[in-house]
Amino acid sequence: MSGEDFDFLLALLLNGASIGMMYALIALGFVLVYKATDAINFAQGEFVMMAGLIAAAILGIEGAPLIAAIVAAVAIMIGFGFALERVVLRPLLGRPVVAVIMATIGLAAVLRGLTPVVFGGETRALPLPIGDEPITLGPMSLAPIQVLGMVVTLAFFLGFNWFFKKSRMGVAMRAVADNQQVAQAMGINVQRYFALAWAMAGIVSAAGGIVWGSMLGVDVHLALVGLKVFPVVILGGLDSIGGALVGGLIIGIVESLVAGYVDPYVGGGTKDFVPYVLMILVLMVKPYGIFGKRRIERV
Amino acid sequence: MLTINNIEVVYDKVILVLKGVSIDVREGTITTLLGANGAGKTTTLKAISGVLRSERGEVTKGAIQLGDRRIDGMAAHDVTRLGLVQVFEGRRVFEQLTCEENLVAGGHVQRDGALVKQGIELVYSYFPRLKERRHQQSGYLSGGEQQMLAIGRALMSNPKVVLLDEPSLGLAPMLVEEIFGIVQRLVKREKLSVLLVEQNATLALEIAEHGYVMENGRIVLEGTAAQLRENSDIKEFYLGLNEGGARKSYRDTKHYKRRKRWLS
Ligand SMILES: Nc1ncnc2c1ncn2[C@@H]1O[C@H](COP(=O)(O)OP(=O)(O)O)[C@@H](O)[C@H]1O
Ligand SMILES: [Mg+2]
Repeated sequence: MSGEDFDFLLALLLNGASIGMMYALIALGFVLVYKATDAINFAQGEFVMMAGLIAAAILGIEGAPLIAAIVAAVAIMIGFGFALERVVLRPLLGRPVVAVIMATIGLAAVLRGLTPVVFGGETRALPLPIGDEPITLGPMSLAPIQVLGMVVTLAFFLGFNWFFKKSRMGVAMRAVADNQQVAQAMGINVQRYFALAWAMAGIVSAAGGIVWGSMLGVDVHLALVGLKVFPVVILGGLDSIGGALVGGLIIGIVESLVAGYVDPYVGGGTKDFVPYVLMILVLMVKPYGIFGKRRIERV
Repeated sequence: MLTINNIEVVYDKVILVLKGVSIDVREGTITTLLGANGAGKTTTLKAISGVLRSERGEVTKGAIQLGDRRIDGMAAHDVTRLGLVQVFEGRRVFEQLTCEENLVAGGHVQRDGALVKQGIELVYSYFPRLKERRHQQSGYLSGGEQQMLAIGRALMSNPKVVLLDEPSLGLAPMLVEEIFGIVQRLVKREKLSVLLVEQNATLALEIAEHGYVMENGRIVLEGTAAQLRENSDIKEFYLGLNEGGARKSYRDTKHYKRRKRWLS
């Protein structure tokens, strides 16, 4: 391998890792909800879109500071998470899983449909004061927004790792995820933890919406990043926080590699379906993902 | 301390499982509830602790009192807050959590984190084996350790009343004796009141003061443990002894059942 080839490979790997971590950020919202409440949220991409739109709309107001846009996006998404749990999901408790899936698919359609009505159809910019001069490190370089994406993702994963391992609330939430009936009997208000999980997904989506929105621009198509959630979480395990990070990295790197090495020969487009091929392969050999929880079988 | 007054329980709006059950658990004592599989013992405990509703069950008649508070119809987590906690049949530890994290979750109702730490030390003093396993994932503990953890976890809420559902299930006799001994000590030292559900009547009547026998959703016998130990029906069926004290074969069960109808 010549030096130039090697640099090309390094560049692909780094770019893939950074995009992969940004996928992981979005997948994290999905995993939080699934882990705590068993609900499969098909509207995760729409959450991200909604948060991005809110932030962009506020930034669009003359003289509005960035911090206001961030605070508003986070606050509204938290409120939205709580409201959604209370109004849509709680009445569905105890119904078949399909009911919840249908509800979130419906919600996704509603959010996409309402977007042009509320925010208009044009693509908005979500400029962050980080410049666009690539940050270089030896032979590698990355756009500042991708570096920011990695930093934000890492901060969230470290934060949640602390929360679930060290805080009493986090341990209680894992207890709810483990066994709802027993958690209740231990004095844990399960309902309240469901709501908390949705609100946490709201916060994560706000971060995802701002980072992705800043990179791609904000319109209804931003919701498409949600499509990457499924290969990522199937790979990592639907209920594994660490799995979301690893799954994101794998998908991001694989995408980047096929885009770099395969696309030039076939005219492009492979990176859009290769993650799904990977997902199907993983489903066949490891149905619970790499880190997904298995019921412990006792002998 | 805990009074169950003539309750009826219905699952799914139509399946009547408890048909007028009354039980009294006196403060600082162990009361046992005996009965064969499917009699309705677990349903009784779930009705008291309030988790019944998550199985679409409902108390449709009667009342349950904890001290002077009426608790039927209350959410399970509120009942625990009032000082009553259930230890489930089959232990049901939070398998994905470590031993110590199970205890932390059990102490959820404590406002003060320092009380949780104290509680954990108290549990370890009764169950030193849990301390050795504190950082192990609880799903991989042995059956006996899981039972200890389930009891310890329940203690973390600092309860006045503990409902124990078949703690001896599937455990070696030595372990059962160890655990029953600890329960007895807990009752004495921590001033607990215990409602103990068992199929192992011999053991249960050894540590209980008072007992009830349930059959088909009804209480068919009640008395002090001494009275129940001497009762010929109990001897025959639950203790597996005939009048002379010799072991009886299981074939006589039919005969027992026929006679039982006269009793109830
Ligand atoms: N969730 C439920 N829904 C419907 N029927 C139930 C449910 N749980 C228990 N039962 C029925 O209630 C009866 C009593 O069960 P249970 O209380 O578990 O008995 P025990 O603990 O004495 O073995 C059984 O006939 C059982 O089939
Ligand atoms: Mg039972």
